[in-house]
Formats: sequence, structure tokens, C-alpha cells
Amino acid sequence: MDAFSTHTGIGVPIRRSNIDTDQIIPASYLKRVSRTGFEDGLFARWREKADFVLNQPAYAAGSVLVTGPDFGTGSSREHAVWALQQYGFRVVISARFGDIFRGNSGKAGLLCAQVSHDDAELLLKYLENEPGAEVSVDLEARQIIAGDIVTTFEVDEYTAWRLENGLDDISLTMQHDEDIAAYEGARPAYKPVVRDVKPVVPTQA
Amino acid sequence: MGNTLAEKLWQSHVVRQVEGEPDLLYIDLHLVHEVTSPQAFEGLRTAGRPVRRPDLTVATEDHNVPTTLGPVTDLVSRTQLEALKANCKEFGIVHHERGNLGQGIVHVIGPELGLTQPGMTIVCGDSHTSTHGAFGALAFGIGTSEVEHVLATQTLPLKPFKTMAINVNGTLAPGVSSKDIILAVINKIGTGGGQGYVLEYRGSAIESLSMEGRMTICNMSIEAGARAGMVAPDQTTFGYVQGRAHAPTGADWDAAVEAWTTLRTDDDAVFDAEVDIDADSLTPFVTWGTNPGQSVPLGESVPDPDTFGDEDDKGAASRALEYMGLTAGTPMRDLDIDVVFLGSCTNGRIEDLRIAAGILQGRRLADGLQMLIVPGSHAVRLQAQDEGLDKIFLDAGAEWRLAGCSMCLGMNPDQLKPEQRCASTSNRNFEGRQGAKSRTHLVSPEVAAATAIRGTLSSPADLMEGAK
Repeated sequence: MDAFSTHTGIGVPIRRSNIDTDQIIPASYLKRVSRTGFEDGLFARWREKADFVLNQPAYAAGSVLVTGPDFGTGSSREHAVWALQQYGFRVVISARFGDIFRGNSGKAGLLCAQVSHDDAELLLKYLENEPGAEVSVDLEARQIIAGDIVTTFEVDEYTAWRLENGLDDISLTMQHDEDIAAYEGARPAYKPVVRDVKPVVPTQA
Repeated sequence: MGNTLAEKLWQSHVVRQVEGEPDLLYIDLHLVHEVTSPQAFEGLRTAGRPVRRPDLTVATEDHNVPTTLGPVTDLVSRTQLEALKANCKEFGIVHHERGNLGQGIVHVIGPELGLTQPGMTIVCGDSHTSTHGAFGALAFGIGTSEVEHVLATQTLPLKPFKTMAINVNGTLAPGVSSKDIILAVINKIGTGGGQGYVLEYRGSAIESLSMEGRMTICNMSIEAGARAGMVAPDQTTFGYVQGRAHAPTGADWDAAVEAWTTLRTDDDAVFDAEVDIDADSLTPFVTWGTNPGQSVPLGESVPDPDTFGDEDDKGAASRALEYMGLTAGTPMRDLDIDVVFLGSCTNGRIEDLRIAAGILQGRRLADGLQMLIVPGSHAVRLQAQDEGLDKIFLDAGAEWRLAGCSMCLGMNPDQLKPEQRCASTSNRNFEGRQGAKSRTHLVSPEVAAATAIRGTLSSPADLMEGAK
């Protein structure tokens, strides 16, 4: 994962709430076995419409997405994060995020910056009125600057630390192998282990 | 102060707890399917890491598979299915492929194989993993990076959840089911209401539900924004688990039941939030919009966006009506339906099929209406056939398919045509979910079957003689 400190790029406003991950990338684009090549699926159904924001030249090279609340709800598909990143987005700004999407973003290096509802509205208005305007995001200072707008955002401390340092979760956890082995040694014997057996369907009344 | 069920499950799985860091939780069972796993296995290979506990990992094919006989003709789907098979072989994971009796939707086969048990932590790269919480397990969906993390370490670093009690008391009227309970919950708290929470469903209406009914409710917790939902295990739970292929036996069974019996929220525990739902007054719920919170009782009409106070809700409602091709004020019962889909990890279990069969028996589908009945697993299909349900479905004019995710998501050949209107027992009515420009109304199996007969959104009561 690449480390994240600051980023400045063109802001893209999408004034919609509840943008679920099926909208971010429809299921038909999830069939790849690689981790790349998902940018074509980003907002695929919306991009079919000529007036969609990413089809407007001023916004097409955007890298900071600003949306209504509850961005990334629904399906757990991490492909939604990859599609955003591979299109060129580094930051998503919203008043609320779907839990799984936010977690996936943190793992993959996309910053989910949570702002107040009012600040999201200010940023949406600014970017709608100033196509192609830039937004600057400073992770350490937790600060967003866009034109005259200067505001702060929230991100959980641990995710921020990992993003700032570009750390891989798995190697961090593997440092605690002794703890894992100790826990494993104490698990109750009745917990199931997977065997290659057929299901038994008990007769039910 | 006592602990909630969710807190007990959390505490019993903590491998490492350090101030300022997420807790490291042990994962008892990892379910794997073809769509969200290939990049995780690739990551392991690149880093030269093995799967730590292949014996706590099980794979199946569900999202991509066609539900008709014959080969997988979509090349990209086939590549993904072949990748899963090769990955399972390479890393020593039990894999239930198409044609195998253990194959089916990942959230149907876990319980069916007896792998889903009370007191466990269960994860899968699929947001409907919350289904398994019906057994008093802490079960939640994860992304592909987390899939790789669990494969490598059998743990996940997680920030503690908050807890929310969903109290459902009273008795459901005939024709009203667990699906209506969960649609009512999502309607009440909204699609973001559960964000950051684990939901515990409690109360007399929940206690009287079968395991299938509880699974339907827990399944859609994610539609309220919650990663997990759960029900405290009881005799109904133990009865379901006992005798299944992976259930403990002998002294292990006794030890397990003794431990499972303690998995209840303590009387003096305090939830971070509580919500009450009155089961007595519930009627069948149906969605009109493009998220699962946009719903009304079947007896009501398509709402007017201007009646929503919140600007975001107003905008979302008018966009939804446009997408769905609906006019405010139209009674929901007047909506003509083109396709009925009965199936999915929400309502593709034997009980759901029995309910539908009870309504379809001796009747014929409305003219021109297509009905897909898709069992959640190969075993459910065989059980239904043993009970003669397939014959009832075929006699009514419905299609009886092979197990898979089918029309729940547009990833396999079962998709709606643009602007077709579907009454679906699945879990998501998002734009394009069932195919490009598809229009989805989420319903219970009861409403699905009655709708298939009448051709418009209907409840079983509408089929009674004398009903208008």
C-alpha cells in the first residue's frame, strides 16, 4: 500500500445519498481474477449518460470525490475501492460511509474523509459552481481546503496511522503469531473443523 | 453491569488487546466464494504465505453459476470458478463445486453443513454473512483484503462495535413473516441507522421464529447499515444444529450446549441503542424505491417525495420513482409484475419453498408472468423434491432451477430485461441490481407467491374467495 500524506486534485461532486457499491461498480464488472482493470466499471451505469459528472471534461480527471451521506453501502465488494482508485481517486469525502466500504478503503489506501453534513453541502455547492476546482486534503492535519473553504475531517486514528505509513495489515498481525498460537491452543474441542462431507438434513416435524 | 451477547462473543475471541490499537479477534470459520477471493489468494502467493487454517475454511460456488443444466458458457465466469477450484486445491481447502451435494449459496450451506454454530466468529467476503448471526454467532462480511488477512492469520484486527437491541414483541398475523419484520426494521432505522452497530433481535416474536425465519432477519442487517445481526441461541437453535454433519457429538455436544446456554445478554446489560417493533400490528411490507429502506405496507400507495422532510430523502425518493417508473399515489397493489423471483440467501431455504408451495398449490401463474424458484442449495433442492414441492411449482407454471445466487444480483445468466418489474424475495432493490435498468420490489415469500398468481403485488389474503 502506498503511504498517504497530502493530496491535491480536482474535486468531483455527486449530489446523491446512499450510493451503494452496486452503483460504484455493477456486479457484471466483478468477474476479473486480477486486482487491476476495474476503472472501466466505475459508475458504469451512470457513465452511460452524457451529462454524468465524470463525462464532463472539467471533472473527468478528478481525484477527490464529494458525495451525499451513506456512501458505499451494500455489497462488501472491495472492487468498488479498486475501481475508484484505478480511475484516479485518492480521497472520498462524505458525511457517512458504509462500514465495510470504509474498512476496505483503509486496507487498500483510499482515504475516506468524514465531514459534517453542512461541510459536505458546502463542498458540493463549491464544486458544482466551480467545475475543475481543486481540493486539498492533509491527512496529518485532518484538513480539507477548497477555495475559501477550510474545514476538518474525521478518520479513525489507527487507519490514519496505517495510511500515513503505508503499512500492510497482514505483516503487522503476523508479528503476533505467538498470541494467535496461544489462543488457538485454548479453543474448545467442540468447535467444528471442516471435513469434506455431505450435508445431513435431519428429518424435521 | 452485565454484558450483551455481542460483547460476550467479542470478548471470547480476543487474541490481543492493546490500548490505541484495534483488538485482534480470532475467526472460527471462514466461508469463501469465487467472486471476492481470487485477489486474496493471489496476494498469498505473491507473499509466499500459506493458508493458516485450511481446516477452518470452506469454499463454494454461488454468485456466478447458471441455475440451468449445462456448462458455464460465460468465459469470464468460468475463469473465476476455475480460479477458485485451483486455489482451493493449491491451499488445501474443501470446495463444494457445482454438482456436489454440498454446493449452494455460501450462507445456506454453512448452517446446512452444521458448520455454523452458536458462539462462533464467522466471516466471508460477502456482506450477507450477517445471516449466521441467527445462531448466536458474531458473523459479518469483509472485503478482499480482509479475506487475505484471515486466510493468512485466521484473525482480523477490528474496532469494537456498538450494540443495538431490536425488540420485536407480539404475534405475527397470518401471511406476515420474518421478511416483513426486517423490512419494517430497515424502514424505521434507515439504511444507515445500524452503521457501527451489531444488532441483537430480541423479544417474543423473534423467539417464536424458526431458524430459517431468524436467518432471514439477520441476513438483512447489512441493509440497515449494520455489519452484524444476531439472535441468542435457544432450544430452536440447538435442535437445528444437532445431527448435522459438523455438529458436535457425545460429550462434545453436552459441553457445547452447556457453553451455548450462557450466550445471552445479561439482564443488567445496557445496549447503546434500542428500537421497538410491534409484531401485532405488522402487515406485509414491500419496497417501492431503490434502497431497502424505501418501503411501505402493501396496503399503502407509492409515496409523494414532497412528503419527506429531509432534503436528501426527498431527492432520493424522486430519483427512485423516476428509475422505478412509478407515480406517487398509485396503490402498491395495482403494480403489474413481470417476473417473480423466489430464492437468495434471504429466502431460499426449505421453509421459504414450503410457504410458496402452500400458496401455489392448485393454482396457475398469472398470464405472461415468469416465476423463477431457485433453491438456496443443492441439498434444499433435493429436500424440496423429496417433499414433492417441485411438482407443485412446475404445475403452477413456475421454473424450478438449480442452486445459486441467481437473480439476486446481475452476475449470472438470471437477469431481468431493462424496465421489467420484479417482485423479489432477495435483499437489495438497488438500481441495476437484477440487471441493467431492472426494477425490483422486495417482498416476502408469501407476497411473492400470491403476486405470481394475481400478477399484481398481492398478499395471500388477496387470493381468498371474496377478496377484491
